[in-house]
Amino acid sequence: MMDWVHHLILLPVLLPLACGAALIPLHMSRHRFKFAVSMGVLLAQVGVALALMVLADTEYWPQGIGVYLAANWAAPFGIALVADRLSALMLLLASVIGIAALLFSLGRWSRVGVHFHSLFQFLLMGINGACLTHDLFNLFVFFEVMLGASYGLVLHGYNVARIRAGMQYIAINLVASLLFLIGLAMIYGTAGTLNMADLAGRVAHLGSDESQLLRVGIAVLAIAFLTKSAMWPLGFWLPTTYSAASPPVAAMFVLMTKVGVYVILRIWLLVFSAESGAAARFGYEALLWGGLLTVGFGSIGMMASEVPGRLAGYAAIVSSGILLSVIGYGQASLVAAGLFYLLGSTMAIAAFMLLIELIERIRTPGSSLLAVTMEAFGIEDAPGEPVGVGIPGSLAFLGLGFAGCAMAIAGIPPLTGFVGKFAMFHALLQPGPAEAGISPVAWIFGGLVIASGMAAIISFMRFGVRTLWAQGAVLPPRLLVSEAAPITILLVLCIAITIAGGPVFAYLGRTSDTLHQPAEYVERVLGATTIPGPQVPAQAGAGQ
Amino acid sequence: MEAVISIGIGVLFGSGIWLVLRPRTFQVITGLLLMSYAVNLFIFLMGRLWEDLPPIVGDGPVDPALHADPLPQALVLTAIVIGFATTALYLVVMIGARGLTDTDHVDGEEPGA
Repeated sequence: MMDWVHHLILLPVLLPLACGAALIPLHMSRHRFKFAVSMGVLLAQVGVALALMVLADTEYWPQGIGVYLAANWAAPFGIALVADRLSALMLLLASVIGIAALLFSLGRWSRVGVHFHSLFQFLLMGINGACLTHDLFNLFVFFEVMLGASYGLVLHGYNVARIRAGMQYIAINLVASLLFLIGLAMIYGTAGTLNMADLAGRVAHLGSDESQLLRVGIAVLAIAFLTKSAMWPLGFWLPTTYSAASPPVAAMFVLMTKVGVYVILRIWLLVFSAESGAAARFGYEALLWGGLLTVGFGSIGMMASEVPGRLAGYAAIVSSGILLSVIGYGQASLVAAGLFYLLGSTMAIAAFMLLIELIERIRTPGSSLLAVTMEAFGIEDAPGEPVGVGIPGSLAFLGLGFAGCAMAIAGIPPLTGFVGKFAMFHALLQPGPAEAGISPVAWIFGGLVIASGMAAIISFMRFGVRTLWAQGAVLPPRLLVSEAAPITILLVLCIAITIAGGPVFAYLGRTSDTLHQPAEYVERVLGATTIPGPQVPAQAGAGQ
Repeated sequence: MEAVISIGIGVLFGSGIWLVLRPRTFQVITGLLLMSYAVNLFIFLMGRLWEDLPPIVGDGPVDPALHADPLPQALVLTAIVIGFATTALYLVVMIGARGLTDTDHVDGEEPGA
């Protein structure tokens, strides 16, 4: 029995797809209409994500796992979409960051190139699909949708810096996609399935040769995700690309690194859990130490950054590194804390990406950065300086916004970064009853997290003092409401999840509990029943 | 048979890696193409090598040993389409970079310039 509520799982993919496709034929001059449609669809996505969250968190679906069998093919033969607490959370995060980035782009960014709104919706479709799908090949397809849109968006507002960064970004991601395919082929060749739950069920029963090959396959696959989530030494492309991309796009890219982390979290907890026989706990060490090295690399990078865009890029690398180490550490209570940190750090870094452009206006009141773009793109009617109602006290807003972002990223109370890191320390210092004491790794982990926070404080303070407290002619820049609002929304949300820390942590705790019971996924996904088709008259049926 | 195909894929992929590491965009895109050919063959090979077996199951009881695995064939089709599209997109970016920077170096500037 399948009622209409089940079809909600498909909406986060269908809505942006339909919206993006519908906006293509509309001419650029109708950008306000395009914006209104995009924003409407994004608000609908928030609604759907919230609904899925409620459905997953109440007892509507057994074990909080909703399974949607695409085209009514039973898993593992067809593609299954799975909505659980983690997917719903990622969908919500994606649509919130999407709203902020889209609102910011209203001022002028959506007009410096064609098809911004369509590409934006396709990017969201890829991200949403990657968060929902439970089939590895389908995951590849959604990743390619996401990357294809991101290639277009990174070049949006075409100038030399973007095209240089874009070339390298595209080349690296094409190679990573090829590795993704090799990994997929090896997994299929050894385990004979690409459904994640089916794979998790089979991995314990493989022969030793096949199990070995499967692990090689998944390791190759992981290189593709780790390139996206910028683990050292695969993340050198990130700061250049992020600082070259236009601000709304950069904000969305911050989210894309987290999609890489999400996939690692999903696959590793499902396939390489403690119950998976010879392959149990495979690769956790590599994730842990790789993550820690990434934190170190990102911290050094932050200290060395002169340009705010690179600073934000390295902050994103640090945040990825911490999350990868959290997964690699392999402790259930730590995962909940890590997810909280993921929420807070993604929103804070995205807000900072948006804020950078506004801060730059203090230094370069003219839109010198855009001049090249306009020329290359042949736009005569340059949007140039944003027109519309400016907000008063723009300098005060910039200062406060900057302080808020810096505090949330560095982890100073009372903002989210602090709560997330504090929860991580709490989990690290309270290992489960099985462990004898606190392992040296926990101390290294904790130390590195604190050191990275320190590096963030130093580099953000340096940037803030040089820019906002600078002497000389500081002209209060013109800010639009549509540019200030998204940053405010993101920072207010950061504060809100801190204040509502209790319920949020309870939800994340349940999320992490479900993730640590892979057997339930296997049971739910493979046990999902198809709807019986209409009755075929007996004489017309094949001779089975 | 297996050895020939494996060596073929290895040579293709190896040449691809070498070309991708070269400094000119044309070499990079040729390398990407070679690598994607190798990967497509590799996916195809993961259905194992069969001779003269149909991939589609007909009516009646089915003996899997008498049929080729159809899934890798479906996968490789999708992979070819996606790989083709993304490579074509890269080609456009490459031409754009050539036009804007007046060089075909991957860094967008001549070394030492």
